[in-house]
Amino acid sequence: MLELDFTQIDWKEIGTATLDTLRMLGASALFSFIIGLPVGVLLYMAARSTSGLVRFGYSILSFIVNILRSVPFIILIVAMIPITKSLVGVSYGVLGTIPPLVVGAAPFFARLVETALNEVDKGVIEAAHAMGSSTSQIVWRVLLPEARPGLLAGMTITIVTLVSYTAMSGQVGGGGLGDLAIKYGYYRYETEIMILAVVLMIVLVQLLQMAGDRLVRHFTRK
Amino acid sequence: MIELKQLTKQYGKARTLTTALSELDLSIEKGEIFGVIGHSGAGKSTLIRCINLLERPTSGEVWVDGKNLTLLGKKQLQAERRKIGMIFQHFNLLSSATVYDNIAFPLRLIKTPKAEMERKVSELLALVGLEAHRDKYPSQLSGGQKQRVGIARALASDPEVLLCDEATSALDPQTTDSILRLLLDINKKFHLTIVLITHEMHVIQSICDRVAVIHQGGIVEQGPVTEVFLKPKHEVTQEFIRQELDSGEALRLAMQGQANSSSQAVQITFLGSKTYDSILSHTVHETGVNFAILQGTISTIKETPYGQLIVRFEGEERAIEETIRKLLQQGLDVEVIH
Repeated sequence: MLELDFTQIDWKEIGTATLDTLRMLGASALFSFIIGLPVGVLLYMAARSTSGLVRFGYSILSFIVNILRSVPFIILIVAMIPITKSLVGVSYGVLGTIPPLVVGAAPFFARLVETALNEVDKGVIEAAHAMGSSTSQIVWRVLLPEARPGLLAGMTITIVTLVSYTAMSGQVGGGGLGDLAIKYGYYRYETEIMILAVVLMIVLVQLLQMAGDRLVRHFTRK
Repeated sequence: MIELKQLTKQYGKARTLTTALSELDLSIEKGEIFGVIGHSGAGKSTLIRCINLLERPTSGEVWVDGKNLTLLGKKQLQAERRKIGMIFQHFNLLSSATVYDNIAFPLRLIKTPKAEMERKVSELLALVGLEAHRDKYPSQLSGGQKQRVGIARALASDPEVLLCDEATSALDPQTTDSILRLLLDINKKFHLTIVLITHEMHVIQSICDRVAVIHQGGIVEQGPVTEVFLKPKHEVTQEFIRQELDSGEALRLAMQGQANSSSQAVQITFLGSKTYDSILSHTVHETGVNFAILQGTISTIKETPYGQLIVRFEGEERAIEETIRKLLQQGLDVEVIH
């Protein structure tokens, strides 16, 4: 019978790890959205262009996005070490984990943005053209507001995916809950701390998903 | 007001090339309600989309209010489009915006000051009778209400032309009539030129001044609705009108009846105030001819009353000839049916 003793847990360490996870999540999600949103809009627009050259540009951009999405995250972290170093000065710790997290998640989010925009009723866009809207007016006043529920759902999926990515950051000394679970639970057989770290991550994902769903519902007018 | 010259629109390339419009000419006057009727696939949807260049014609010219739109740059075209309102079969409202914000959309595009916008939108809400729904979202409205929002939105930029793309096709008959009445009111009130496309003769008959019948990418017949409706020449037109009047079979049966040598079937058409006069009864009284009504309609085209009767005169051949002559003299249109 497995005996669990939760009295020995170092709560300070759990606290630091939780905070590290939240910091990594917050920063990487923010930058993934800032980069992914315009790239997603660009993908959407380029796919519909009447110019052959622009559509060729779309295939290239689309190919790059696919490459970045297919590289396993653990490899991305290692492969990006030089780039990470030149970007944030270090290639380890919480700070050193953020660039690979962004590079891993931004293309993923860009695809979700493109998908959400594809769902916008073509008739509404046609009506906006008929009313004399410019391209930027169509993006800001039609596409983004109409796709808002889809965009929020995409943000939720991205941020939940980032939670599991952060667990791998331990490989470069990133810290956080996932790292804690692997270090203590897997390498040192301290099951209690592993269970606690995993439970905290489950709670985190649940909270994020619920908040996201609630926002999507709030903005759905269909 | 609108002039389409040698308009051709083709889709696809080489082997898959299909021609939606071929060298079509059309001229629409300022202030009139012009209807284009055709079956699906006849090219009417392409035709109306070419007027504001939502579809760019393969060749030909589109003139609206003295400007050749096909020659304009992107910015100029956007400016011209603001003077051309458009409403759609499926309304195409922003689902994420309230009724108010939907109507304000064209005003925001040109950065209208807030007070001015508020005034304008309130006016339009009153015009289409939706004051009570200003803060609702389109999903909370019925089809007819959505189309009213569409109309208000199209009018927000004070256009000179309103394009209606099957605007009543998704609505039930009662709602269709109320929307058509609204369009007619707007046409009178603002002297707005309205172009509408439809596959329903009823729509044309209710509000149009002139009509063009489109078939296989070309116009096969056009003219004032009274003329085209009462004297259809092309078989496509005749088919549309037959659907509306539901004659065909019933008439054939009636004609088969007791036709004999001393009888003659004729079609009599009354137009305008004559519709309600007792011309026919007076005339047969004078000539001593009897008649049987085989089929008949008394209705209105837009606001013009008309009647069209198919009757069989019975009597002496000379008396029947005399009757027809007298009817023609009094300004009725009589056509002998063989």
